[in-house]
Amino acid sequence: MPRINSPAELEEFRRAILSKRDDKRPCITLCSGSACHATGSEKVADAIMAELESHGLKDQVDVRRTGCHGFCEQGPILVVYPEGISYLKVKPEDVCEIVSHTFKEKKLVERLLYVDPNTGDKSSHEHDIPFYKNQQRLILGLNTKIDPKSLEDYLAVGGYQAMAKALLQMTPEQVIGEVKQAKLRGRGGAGFPSGTKWEFARNAPGDQKYVVVNCDEGDPGAYMDRALMEGNPFTVLEGLLIGAYAIGASEGYIYVRQEYPLAVDNLTVAIREAEEHGFLGKNILGSGFDFTVKVHRGAGAFICGEETSLLQSLEGKPGEPKPRPPFPAVRGLWGKPTNINNVETWANIPVIINKGAEYFSSIGTESSKGTKVFSLVGKVNNTGLVEVPMGMPLRDIIFKIGGGVPNGKKFKAVQTGGPSGGCIPEEYLDVKVDFDELMKMGAMMGSGGMIVMDEDTCLVDIARYFLEFLSDESCGKCVPCREGIRQMLKVMTAITQGKGKEGDIELLENMAMATQGAALCALGKTAPNPVLSTLKYFRHEYEAHIKEKRCPALSCKELIAFHIEPAKCKGCGSCLRKCPANAIEGGKKTIHVIDQEKCTKCGTCIEACPAAFQAISKLSGVPVPEPPAPSARALA
Amino acid sequence: MSEIVLQIDGKEVKAQEGMTIVEAAKTVGIEIPTLCHHEKLEPYGACRICTVEAESNGRKTLVAGCLYPVESGMVVQTKTEKLHSIRKVLVEQMLAHAPDAPQLVELAKEYGADKDRFDKDPSFCILCGLCVRYCAEVKQKHAIGYMDRGPRREISFIPDVAAKECWDCKECFPLCPTSALQAAYVLTEALLPEQPEEEADCSCSSGCCGG
Ligand SMILES: Cc1cc2nc3c(=O)[nH]c(=O)nc-3n(C[C@H](O)[C@H](O)[C@H](O)COP(=O)(O)O)c2cc1C
Ligand code: SF4
Ligand code: SF4
Ligand code: SF4
Ligand code: FES
Ligand code: FES
Repeated sequence: MPRINSPAELEEFRRAILSKRDDKRPCITLCSGSACHATGSEKVADAIMAELESHGLKDQVDVRRTGCHGFCEQGPILVVYPEGISYLKVKPEDVCEIVSHTFKEKKLVERLLYVDPNTGDKSSHEHDIPFYKNQQRLILGLNTKIDPKSLEDYLAVGGYQAMAKALLQMTPEQVIGEVKQAKLRGRGGAGFPSGTKWEFARNAPGDQKYVVVNCDEGDPGAYMDRALMEGNPFTVLEGLLIGAYAIGASEGYIYVRQEYPLAVDNLTVAIREAEEHGFLGKNILGSGFDFTVKVHRGAGAFICGEETSLLQSLEGKPGEPKPRPPFPAVRGLWGKPTNINNVETWANIPVIINKGAEYFSSIGTESSKGTKVFSLVGKVNNTGLVEVPMGMPLRDIIFKIGGGVPNGKKFKAVQTGGPSGGCIPEEYLDVKVDFDELMKMGAMMGSGGMIVMDEDTCLVDIARYFLEFLSDESCGKCVPCREGIRQMLKVMTAITQGKGKEGDIELLENMAMATQGAALCALGKTAPNPVLSTLKYFRHEYEAHIKEKRCPALSCKELIAFHIEPAKCKGCGSCLRKCPANAIEGGKKTIHVIDQEKCTKCGTCIEACPAAFQAISKLSGVPVPEPPAPSARALA
Repeated sequence: MSEIVLQIDGKEVKAQEGMTIVEAAKTVGIEIPTLCHHEKLEPYGACRICTVEAESNGRKTLVAGCLYPVESGMVVQTKTEKLHSIRKVLVEQMLAHAPDAPQLVELAKEYGADKDRFDKDPSFCILCGLCVRYCAEVKQKHAIGYMDRGPRREISFIPDVAAKECWDCKECFPLCPTSALQAAYVLTEALLPEQPEEEADCSCSSGCCGG
C-alpha cells in the first residue's frame, strides 16, 4: 500500500478507488454485527458465496459484510443493491431464493420483507420501514455502507476528508472553535461541552498530552458504542486524530471492554491500515503532525467507564475513581493532561469538520445539538439502535420508531440513562429528549439506554433491580456509595417482599440525599436516581406495597397469588398438565383449584389456560377466595 | 506558594494555595470532622464525613473538605442543616459495622445519630484505608490491601508479606478508628497456616478431592 503524503494524494487515491466502483453493479450487503452474527449471519454468508459460485455469478456480484444496521431484532439483515431491497431474518435456506428471484428475475422474496405488526403493510426498502423512516442516522448511517475491515470502503464514502481538512486548512484553535460552535456535548453521560473540555486540555501546561476513547460501555442493554466501534472504527479513529491535533496530543489510547473482541479486531485492522497509509505515525499527510494510537483491553467493570477509574486502569492500577480536581485535563494519564471522550462523541467530530458547525448545530434543541443514538429495548415492538435528532419527543421514539408496546399491553414508563437513570411515566411522553429536559424529569441521558416498560412491570421492583446492579458495581471505596446503596437495597428488597414498614419511604429519601450529596464519584452520586425517580412518579406503588401489601402491577412474587375463578373454569386440565409444581388439583369435568401452599407463582398456568376461558387470574392485596367444596366442583 | 483569601463559616481565612479546606479551616479554629484523613498520608476521600458546602464561581457543590483544594474567593459552609443530616446518615451507616468505635460514638453524639437505625453487621472495619495506606505509603511494605468490591469489600493482610513484616511492626494498629483488635484479628488469620480442612472433611465419592 502506498503511503499518502498530502491531501492531494489522498484525493487521487480516493478517485482511483471510486473509478473502480460502479453504483449499478449488483451487490449483496450482509449485516455481520454482533447481534446478526449471533443469529447466524456467518452461515448466511457461506450460503451466499456457495450460491453465487453455483450460478456462476461470483464475479458479477459484490458481497459486502457490514457492521450493525440497528434493527438487530430482525437480523440477520441482508440488503440487495442497486435496488436497496431489505430482507430481514434471513436464513441460509433463503439465499437460494434471493439469488434466483431477486438477482436473476428481479422479483421480491415477499416473506423476507418487513411487515408492520400494527398495519400489516410490507416494506421492501430500508427507508420505508417505520423503524428507519423516522431516524436521522448521521453517525450510524455509514455502518450499512462499509465493510469495517475495508479502508477503501471508508475512503469511498468520503473518509479522512475531515482529517485532511483539519490538519492542513485549520489551526488547532480553529478546530476547537468549530467544535465549540457546533455545541457538541459529550455522549458518555454527563453531556459536558466537548469543545470546552478540549480547550482545557489544550491550555493545560505540558508537552506530553494524551487523548483517550472511552469504549467501556458498562450499561446493561446498551450497545451503541459497540455497534460504532465494530461497524465503523475508521470514523472513531478519524475523530480521535482530529481531537489529538486540536489538543496537541501525540499519543492516544482506545480503551475497549474485554467483552468486545470484534470491536478490537476491526479496530486493530483499521489502525494497521491507517499506519500503512500514513494516516498515523509521523508527519501525517505532510502536515507535520505526529500521532500514534494503542488499543487497551479493559477488564470490564462498570466503574472502569468512569473517567478517573479508566485512567487508573490504563495505568495498570485497580480501576477506582480518584477525586477531582485535579481533572484529567490537567493531570490525567501518568500525570499528563488528558482528554477523554466517549466513542460516539469522537464519531461526531468528522461530521462537524466536514459539514461545519452551522449544519451540526441546526440539528437538535437549544441546549443539545446533533443526533443521539439510543438503544431501544424492553416492551417495545421494534427493538434496536435508534439515532434521532435531539429533541424528538419520547412518544415518537417509542411509538413511531419503536412501534409501540407489544401484545396490546398498556405503556407504563420508560427508563432512560442506564442503571442510574430514571423512569418517566406516560403523562410526560411528549417531553423532548435532550440532556436538560431529561434531567428536569429526574431521569438522564446517560449513554443512551432506553428501556420501555408495560403495565406488567412493577416500578418498585425495577428500581430495586437497578440498585442491586449498582451495589454490585460500586467500587466500595466510599461510605455513602458502598453503605448507602447497600442499605437502600435492603429496604427496597423488603418492600417488594411485602415486608415494608411505615417510614421506609422517608428512610430511603434520607439515605438517597446523603449518597447523592457525599459520594466521591458519579456512580454514587447518581445511584439514588432509580429510587428517587420512581418515588417521584410512582409513589402510590410504594405505598401500596408498604401499606396494603399489594403489588399494583401484579408482579412482585411475594405479594401475588394465582387463582382459578370457579365460574370460568371449564375443567380442560391444561393448567394442571403444565404446572411444574403439581400445585393444581382437578379432574375431568371438574373445576380446578390451586393449592396456594404448593404454588411457586411461576405463571405457567395463566399461559396454559386457553384464551377463550381466561379462568386464571393474579391477585394482590386481597385474600384468595376459598375454593368451592370438593362436592361442588363437578361441571355439567 | 501564594496566599489566597476565602471565607469559611462567615470568617475570612487567609490560606496558602494548595491547602485543603480542612487545613485552612483549622487555621481559624474551625474543626471539620474527619475519619479517613491522616496528615502523613495521601488524601483518599473514603469516609466523606468531612463533606462541606463550597461555593465558587457561583456554583455551590458538596465536596470532601479533606482533599478539596482551597480557591481564592471560595465561600465554604461546614455546618449547615444539610451537612448535619448527611453526616448523621453516614455515621449511622458506619455504626452498623462498628457500633462501639469511640470516634463513631463521639460523632453520633454530635450529630444525633441513632446507632440502631440500621441492622448491625459487625465487621468492625469501616474501610477507611488508614492501615492499608500507612503500610503502603509510610512503611512501603504493602502488607495489607483490599479484596473484592462494593459491599463485599474488605481488608486483608497478604500472608507472605505479613509473616515477614507485621509481627514486629504493627504500627498501623493504633491508627484504626474502629478497633485495633480488628487488625490484629485479620493479621492472625492471615498468618495461620493454611488448613487442609476441606480435604479432610470431604467424604463424597465423586473424586472431587482427587481421592
Ligand atoms: C459509573 C460510571 C460509568 C461510566 N461509564 C461510561 C462508559 O461506559 N462509557 C463512557 O463513554 N462514559 C462512561 N462514563 C462517563 C465518563 O466518566 C466520562 O464522563 C465520559 O467518558 C466523558 O466523555 P464525553 O465527554 O464524551 O461524554 C461513566 C461514568 C460513570 C460515573
Ligand atoms: S461513589 Fe461508589 S464507585 Fe464512586 S468512589 Fe464511592 S464507592 Fe466507589
Ligand atoms: S403459578 Fe405456576 S406453580 Fe402456581 S399454580 Fe400456576 S403453574 Fe402451578
Ligand atoms: S481495619 Fe481499621 S484502619 Fe484498616 S481500613 Fe478498617 S477501619 Fe480503617
Ligand atoms: S447486528 Fe445486525 S442489525 Fe445490529
Ligand atoms: S476525612 Fe475526608 S473523606 Fe474521610
